[in-house]
Amino acid sequence: MKPAPFEYHAPATLGEALRLLSEAGDDGKLLAGGQSLVPLLNMRVLRPSALIDLNGVPELRVVKTSDGNGLSLGAMVRQRTLERDPLIRERVPLLSEAAALIGHMQIRTRGTLGGSLVHADPAAELPAAVTALSARLTVRGPSGVRTLSSEEFFIGPLTTALAPGEVLVDVLFPPLPPGTGWAFVELTRRHGDFAIVGAAALAHLDGAGRVDFASMALCGTGGTPYASPWLGDVLHGERPRAELIQEVGRRLSESVEPDGDIHASAGYRRKVAGVIGTRALALALDRAQGPHRAEVA
Amino acid sequence: MSSRHRIVLAVNDVTVEREVESRLLLADFLREELELRGTHVGCEHGVCGACTVLVDGQPVRSCLMFAVQAAGTRIMTVEGLTRGDELHPLQEAFWEAHALQCGFCTPGILMTIYHLLQEGAGLEDEGEIRRALSGNLCRCTGYQNIVDAVRIASRHNDAVKMAGEGC
Repeated sequence: MKPAPFEYHAPATLGEALRLLSEAGDDGKLLAGGQSLVPLLNMRVLRPSALIDLNGVPELRVVKTSDGNGLSLGAMVRQRTLERDPLIRERVPLLSEAAALIGHMQIRTRGTLGGSLVHADPAAELPAAVTALSARLTVRGPSGVRTLSSEEFFIGPLTTALAPGEVLVDVLFPPLPPGTGWAFVELTRRHGDFAIVGAAALAHLDGAGRVDFASMALCGTGGTPYASPWLGDVLHGERPRAELIQEVGRRLSESVEPDGDIHASAGYRRKVAGVIGTRALALALDRAQGPHRAEVA
Repeated sequence: MSSRHRIVLAVNDVTVEREVESRLLLADFLREELELRGTHVGCEHGVCGACTVLVDGQPVRSCLMFAVQAAGTRIMTVEGLTRGDELHPLQEAFWEAHALQCGFCTPGILMTIYHLLQEGAGLEDEGEIRRALSGNLCRCTGYQNIVDAVRIASRHNDAVKMAGEGC
């Protein structure tokens, strides 16, 4: 269980990293937090000839406000920072709540936002969270910069739209209306395990206590996060009621197309998608603050 | 081809300088190059937690980091807890509660709990303690005595902090 030999590069700037990546060609791999990549190297599932370590690139660690109350997070921001940074907790509490469920503390101290997104594990929390948050992902490569939505970025299990030579640089979280409620809820067999199903939810109520914004994405129910595109049609203009939330749960179970694996059968995941989605939505509605605070059973 | 790199870092307050192969894991560097064999290597893919050490004060899996990445950092291993022959109060608590049997997982647990106590985490509640221990597997004890030891150590946290100063 030792990695095969490789050349190690530690660029100090993004430009240098891009140059090294393009020089390494197909055999080069970017190293972020290493919490998914290094196990694969240790088991020799992967044998890249060169590793380009992004840990020494300060511009990838930037946390800055953007677009008024929005937030831009560098791809190398650690998951432990997502969990604890006061500004991140204030602006995108959904992201903090999701990050706190990743692996264990000793994983989150190294693991990064960008590393998790690029790895694109179907059971991972952060891809679902950025999907629910309608985040924009900035990637830079030999042919310039492009910005992708999460639906464009995640194209399959462990597969993203990143082209050879491209690097995920930062993730832009648009501002949420004040008082937006949030929740990340997941089912795991043991604390710190990958989720069997996880749900990220956001909800906002208008002055009359009716839902005027809602968003939800699930992980563990397919190759990419499930973005529940019909959610607004069900909830908009409605006061939160238990029957309405149950209806969302039923539709989630009907809509997702999970595969079965050693952890859970497809049928079980389908059932749990409804249950966990319901819990996340109920909590997000409960946390949505407005003149008419939601009363949800 | 595996590139070689000269690294300088501080391990348990001692500056060390070595040339390492790029693929050498930090855990193996500590054990083989520095002969600090208190850091245990269990699963080698980040699951068991036996190899947990502090890198710049943060608990990390030393099996998921390369030695070359530790250049310029300050590392603390379980050997850094003791003062000569004197056990750290956290280790005393493990002794008192009989919190280890084979001892393989113990170094990783000590480094994790040491970090949390240094941060001022109050580990009194059983659920809280079990969550704190969730990233470290133990196959002997059934955890109960470890939970007890952590509670004892937490109650003596002021003493633990005092002894930890300067680490």
